[in-house]
Amino acid sequence: MTGVIKKTISSLLTVLVVSCLVFLAFSIIPGDPAVAKLGTQATPEKLDALRESMGLNKPLFVRFISWIGGVIKGDFGTSYSYSMPVASLIKGKLPVTIILTLYSFVLMILLSVFAAIYAARREGRVLDKIIQIITQVIMSVPPFFGGILITLIFGLGLHLFAPGGYISYDVNMPKFLGYMFWPALAIALPKGAMAFSLLYTGLVTEKKKDYARTAYSRGNSTGDVFYKHLLKNACIPVVTFFGMALADMIAGSIVIEQVFGIPGLGRILLTSIQNRDYPVVEAIIVCIAVLVIVSNLLVDILYRVIDPRTADSDK
Amino acid sequence: MLLHVEDLNIEFHDHIVPETVVYDFDLDMDEGEIVGLVGESGSGKSMSALAIAGLLSRHDAKKRGHIIFDGTDILNCPREELRNLQGDDISMIFQEPMTSLDPLKKIGWQVEEAMRIHKKCTAAERKERAIKMLGDVELEDPERVYNSYPHQLSGGMRQRVMIAAAMINTPKLLIADEPTTALDVTVQAQIVKLLKRINKENRTAILFISHDLSLIRQLCKRVLVMKGGYVVDGGDVEEIFTHPKQEYTKRLIDSIPHVDLSGE
Amino acid sequence: MKNSVKKDFNFILGIVLTAIVVVPAIIGIFWTPYGIDTMNNSLKMAGCSLAHPFGCDNFGRDILSRVMAGSAITLLIGLGTVAIGAVAGTVIGAVTGYYGGLADDIFMRFNDVMFSFPSLLLALVFVAVLGSGRTQLTVALGIAFIPSYVRIVRAEYVRARNMDYVKSAKLAGASDIRVMFVHILPNTSKVMMGSLLIGFNNAVLAEAGLSFLGIGVQPPDASLGRMLSDAQTYLFGKPGLAIVPGVTLIVMVLGISLLGKSDTITRIR
Repeated sequence: MTGVIKKTISSLLTVLVVSCLVFLAFSIIPGDPAVAKLGTQATPEKLDALRESMGLNKPLFVRFISWIGGVIKGDFGTSYSYSMPVASLIKGKLPVTIILTLYSFVLMILLSVFAAIYAARREGRVLDKIIQIITQVIMSVPPFFGGILITLIFGLGLHLFAPGGYISYDVNMPKFLGYMFWPALAIALPKGAMAFSLLYTGLVTEKKKDYARTAYSRGNSTGDVFYKHLLKNACIPVVTFFGMALADMIAGSIVIEQVFGIPGLGRILLTSIQNRDYPVVEAIIVCIAVLVIVSNLLVDILYRVIDPRTADSDK
Repeated sequence: MLLHVEDLNIEFHDHIVPETVVYDFDLDMDEGEIVGLVGESGSGKSMSALAIAGLLSRHDAKKRGHIIFDGTDILNCPREELRNLQGDDISMIFQEPMTSLDPLKKIGWQVEEAMRIHKKCTAAERKERAIKMLGDVELEDPERVYNSYPHQLSGGMRQRVMIAAAMINTPKLLIADEPTTALDVTVQAQIVKLLKRINKENRTAILFISHDLSLIRQLCKRVLVMKGGYVVDGGDVEEIFTHPKQEYTKRLIDSIPHVDLSGE
Repeated sequence: MKNSVKKDFNFILGIVLTAIVVVPAIIGIFWTPYGIDTMNNSLKMAGCSLAHPFGCDNFGRDILSRVMAGSAITLLIGLGTVAIGAVAGTVIGAVTGYYGGLADDIFMRFNDVMFSFPSLLLALVFVAVLGSGRTQLTVALGIAFIPSYVRIVRAEYVRARNMDYVKSAKLAGASDIRVMFVHILPNTSKVMMGSLLIGFNNAVLAEAGLSFLGIGVQPPDASLGRMLSDAQTYLFGKPGLAIVPGVTLIVMVLGISLLGKSDTITRIR
């Protein structure tokens, strides 16, 4: 238990350090936000007035404290280009990206677990080779091209969904989830192929172990031996990968949103980067950082839940 | 008759040249009987035992002959029927207690497993029975053991747990494949004593496999001696000790350190 | 040795696939059949022909030429990224791993945080700071990849620190710098070989991803990611516009990762 608390505290510290770095990075780069907002034609008086109202004349440290104070309260300042609070700008978009990420993650787990168990039950030399080739090919497909292929095959070819026909979750939840399946699949497939090959190797190793034979000797069916005994054991070395995959999927979501026309954090992040609208960029990066750190923390906890040996080594 | 094995032949096909590991194995066992199976490693004794327990997987091992357990032909019956016997009427314990338990499951869960599969009963009944079994195999503080994980127990304790799990449904046949080899000498003697008691109290027949004739002598009345896949000698244990028919048996007896025999 | 290379399926396939993309890419650095921005109204959306094997895009530009030039840029950015990441990562990893101590602890904690972030996101942050374009992108990706190399190299140096050959080199009077880069460095080549290939692949994917998002390579440079993003509009009528650059990417990544897994490369390391 103490291990989890320690982890949580260090995660909180990490969030703080990351926000600090992000703020610093965007404060020291050349370019005047006031000029960015008003254009180069603006008079010096107007620019000065704007700088004053944006708080840009205060020292860096003071600005940082007031910024971080705002962040803690959920106030990320005002967007330069949209002239509205950043928080309300990203509030509706954050859930979309989170849902897409989690959706992809669940799909990845389901795909890799079922496929790995199916294959490990039928392990053989020829199958091994075929599996290796297929997973290697799938792993090499960049997710955004995978998304384009999915649009091409399942959307335009088989008419299983209408490309660009995104429906917001607050309008129609089932239709939203139905549409999100395809982008989630595009993200899940390459990661799933990797997870599959790790799990498959793990299962094939585990099924030769003594405790598997014990499980059979008690009258378990092959399926029960795999799901109740081998799977959990085979997962232990893969948990770390799952954690990294979850973090990667946040990045994947931002890219894939562009393929499927999904109004998540991705689009607003990109336009803000292009417009040098730093309050928005900072806010989104901090949000993503929190997501990444939380997912790392969850994986760490999951690890302890799965493997009683790690929990014991803390004491 | 509880178990009738006739003309059992086992061949392995996982190499290019098929390799026969057991030839013409015959064995009869009555209810409540303890039979020893002795031989050095590679003699085919473990393979025969696994075949009797129905644990030799189908594709890489080819088996011929008959293994009739309580009216069921284990070699040729459908998998479902075999599974109904495994863990219920036939149980098995193995050589390596350190690796034979699932490292991620609590002891209680594993001891109850065969009961959960074969018997209809409530969780509370299962727990009560499992704790009783853990006490029966002479584990101290069964309640604590019930809630432990394998890595928290010693090798001897784990083998007792394996026995408790194997005995939970009071099987008719317990196959013990070198159950004491991985344990130190004092624990070996305790486990043998425990098996003897279990046999007496539950009338569970035991097929005891070992490379150690002195252990077999402590536990069994009847013994089979295997070498290179063949049964080379067999019969009453005392008879074999006093008048070994085969040169090989003689060598096995001679290889027993004498301190063990006379000293204690 | 020769025989085993012949039997090494992954190595042969890897070499072939890599060559299919890399050879035209290298040619593409110096020469392309047509100018990458030469537009021709009469060839808009032209299909495959002898003159234009992959056809032409919506501006009538030759797709083969653009793919060659795009792969060339991807290749160069990939190499540049790996060079920056590996060199900086090696120096940092060597110094922190060799000396250890509090500074090492603090730095590694920082490095672990960086490492836990997806490299694509890190690169995105750096692009946001540095701006987009070829050079900026290479630097951004290079920095984003440093943490992974630091981890690998540092682990090797921590291990080597207490080895006999290092101790004897020190006794013989070698300076720290000499021990670090003359004695220990060659021994890290084993682990580096594999991670250089993986790193190159990740760099290729990240470059394509960022260019696809419009913040990577900027026009007039051709880029596979950008081609893919442009092709989306015409996906229904002319899927080839997307498939040619997409498959090029897949073949390149697949070839390199097969090489990385092959026994021949594994034996070298």
